[in-house]
Amino acid sequence: MSAETKQILTTDGIPLEVSLKKAERKNKIKAFLLVAPLLLFLLITYIFPIGDMLMRSVDDKMVTQMLPKTFKSMETWDGKELPPEEVFEAFYLDYKKLIEDKTFGKLSTQLNYTKNGFKSILKKLQRKMKKFEEGNYKEQITAVHPRWENVEYWRAIKRRAPAYTSAKYLKGMDMYVDEEGKIVSVEEDRRVHRILWLRTLEVAFFVTLLCFLMAYPIAHLLATLPMKYSNLLMICVLLPFWTSLLVRTASWMILLQQQGVVNDFFVMTGLVPDDARPEMMYNKTGTYVAMTQILLPFMVLPLYSVMKTISPSLMRAGKSLGGTPFIAFWKVYFPLTIPGIGAGCLLVFILAIGYYITPALVGGASGTLISNQIAFHMKSTLDWSFASAMGLMLLAGVLAIYWVYNKLVGVDNIKLG
Amino acid sequence: MPNNLDFVKFDKVDKSYDGKVLVVKDLNLDIAEGEFITMLGPSGSGKTTCLMMLAGFETPTNGEIYLDKNPISNIPPHKRGIGMVFQNYALFPHMTVYENLAFPLKVRKFQKDEIDKKVDKALSMVSLSGFEHRMPGQLSGGQQQRVAVARSLVFDPQLVLMDEPLGALDKNLRESMQYEIKHIHESIGVTVVYVTHDQSEALTMSNRIAVFNDGKVQQLSSPDKLYEEPVNSFVAEFIGENNTFAGQITDMSKDKCKVKLNEGSEIIANPISVKTNGDKTTVSLRPERALINTKEKMDNNFKGKIEEVIYHGDHTRVRLDLLGNKEFILKVPNSSANMDIKMGNQINVSWNSHDARALDPK
Repeated sequence: MSAETKQILTTDGIPLEVSLKKAERKNKIKAFLLVAPLLLFLLITYIFPIGDMLMRSVDDKMVTQMLPKTFKSMETWDGKELPPEEVFEAFYLDYKKLIEDKTFGKLSTQLNYTKNGFKSILKKLQRKMKKFEEGNYKEQITAVHPRWENVEYWRAIKRRAPAYTSAKYLKGMDMYVDEEGKIVSVEEDRRVHRILWLRTLEVAFFVTLLCFLMAYPIAHLLATLPMKYSNLLMICVLLPFWTSLLVRTASWMILLQQQGVVNDFFVMTGLVPDDARPEMMYNKTGTYVAMTQILLPFMVLPLYSVMKTISPSLMRAGKSLGGTPFIAFWKVYFPLTIPGIGAGCLLVFILAIGYYITPALVGGASGTLISNQIAFHMKSTLDWSFASAMGLMLLAGVLAIYWVYNKLVGVDNIKLG
Repeated sequence: MPNNLDFVKFDKVDKSYDGKVLVVKDLNLDIAEGEFITMLGPSGSGKTTCLMMLAGFETPTNGEIYLDKNPISNIPPHKRGIGMVFQNYALFPHMTVYENLAFPLKVRKFQKDEIDKKVDKALSMVSLSGFEHRMPGQLSGGQQQRVAVARSLVFDPQLVLMDEPLGALDKNLRESMQYEIKHIHESIGVTVVYVTHDQSEALTMSNRIAVFNDGKVQQLSSPDKLYEEPVNSFVAEFIGENNTFAGQITDMSKDKCKVKLNEGSEIIANPISVKTNGDKTTVSLRPERALINTKEKMDNNFKGKIEEVIYHGDHTRVRLDLLGNKEFILKVPNSSANMDIKMGNQINVSWNSHDARALDPK
């Protein structure tokens, strides 16, 4: 009896759950097939490259693969005193192989990164090793140069044993692991990345703020104007979208340069003297102006879509209940637009934090952002692992902002459309 | 009761949105203090515009509106102190019921304990005590409606405007809310201006009804007068059911006239808006005023053919072909005496000439 009451059967005697699953299976398969192309696309173009970037940014297999025997024999060495004879022997064999392969130069470069002074003693070792006799390698190697007797250098070698490293991430923060294995900052005058990170955050924040201040009234107008005017205004807002990003940035260059249209106008109206035209480009001002203009639609659209749903009778109700127009706006209208503000700000901020073309073209030295630095390492220094590391740090930053936003406002409070 | 007969006064008010068409034409309307007045009319008749002008969301193109003898055209809405219930309630969705009700009190800088007291009172008036901390979205349509009513009354305004407040409710709820609003009005004596296009709502609730059409008040009178004595064809047609005959006056006397119908026969009618012989007219007769097979003596007696019979429980609606009008409706009370109401039968129909009102031609 109890089993019967638990399991409800259809009229044909099949358990209801089974029957329901069967009936819904077809829909599920159909739904999956519909999203499958996108899923595949995302997997190939997004998930996989991100994974690859992550691998690249921490990859440090080069030294590990060059000195396999040495690292294996070093496993038991505690690093307090000079390593035992077998380590010296292993190192001799590894280094000999590298010399035969003619790749020993790379090792000296890599080890020199870890500790200065490796380059010369490795070179000397390479020259002297030709005359080495079999056995008692410890004595022979330490005889080449007194530094080989210094335990510091052997510790430095051991530090390169792991196949993975966080060095690139530390470099992105202007930090490194010093000889004692401690994480320290580089000298103050060499801290380029921190400045870039801070500048990126600052630019993204102010661009978001400027976009918000400009987009809010426009979006309100769009949502309340009669159709025929609001359509026209909407076209004006979207017009930048239909123009190439490069063209728009280039037109800003024409407008903002020292002999440009805006400056000419200032001089013509007597606002500034001809010999003191303000620099509005190749600095932060240019970045602010151009980025704000380019990102404005991303703020207007979510705001508009939220404002469109707010019934005008709510503001009227606020007024009829005795609220001044300001109170009605601040207490009734504004709180209802918060989902749109959240969506717009998050969108603009995240886009701004990774913006590349505009700061590269109009930013000059003081207006470039972290993404320009990433591009620089991708294209010029070819340090892809460092570029990957910074790219991932940027991604982590964005995720962190998203997380903070979720804690403060709640992501389900976002309304994009 | 009313000590102030023109508490609200529309004085020669015109309103046009586009400079070409007048949506309100020369409106003159006095509303007494404590009155429940309904603006009734089809959509686009200008009734909501009138309400919006009174609330301050629209300005009259011409003329002036007086509230308690003061012209208010230049007073912004938030300073008029008029309560308003909106069509879709317009409750603030991000505030609780309590906050919604406290809003008008807070902007008036009431003390916290006073606000609590007033909110409590207003909520108990609409029997929603205990709902303070719900959000509007968690309430049913009827409850939201009550909150909206409570909010419009919580700051003790002298005048409350209601713009089709029951439009979104289902029929049963609408009817019970009608009584509730009427009782609230009676118990606190506030002046209510109510806008609706639902005539039964207007008839049940109001002291007086202003029937709007085409930007003008067609008739302003009490519900019973409006129903029994419509002054023109529009009102007769708009309020309740109505049988009409088109014809021409042939014999005019003091309180009776003969109307020759287009089909040829002559009926006797009550001259309302006709003056002389030869005037064209539309005669209007309420369905319940025409009787079948009656023994009473009436001065109009005709034979009609039953075209359709619709059973309504307490009464039966019968559609007749009578004097060339194929849409002549009769309401026959449900009683055992009603024998041969069957399709195709010929029956005698009679009515008093007093009930057949000869109005303006349509």
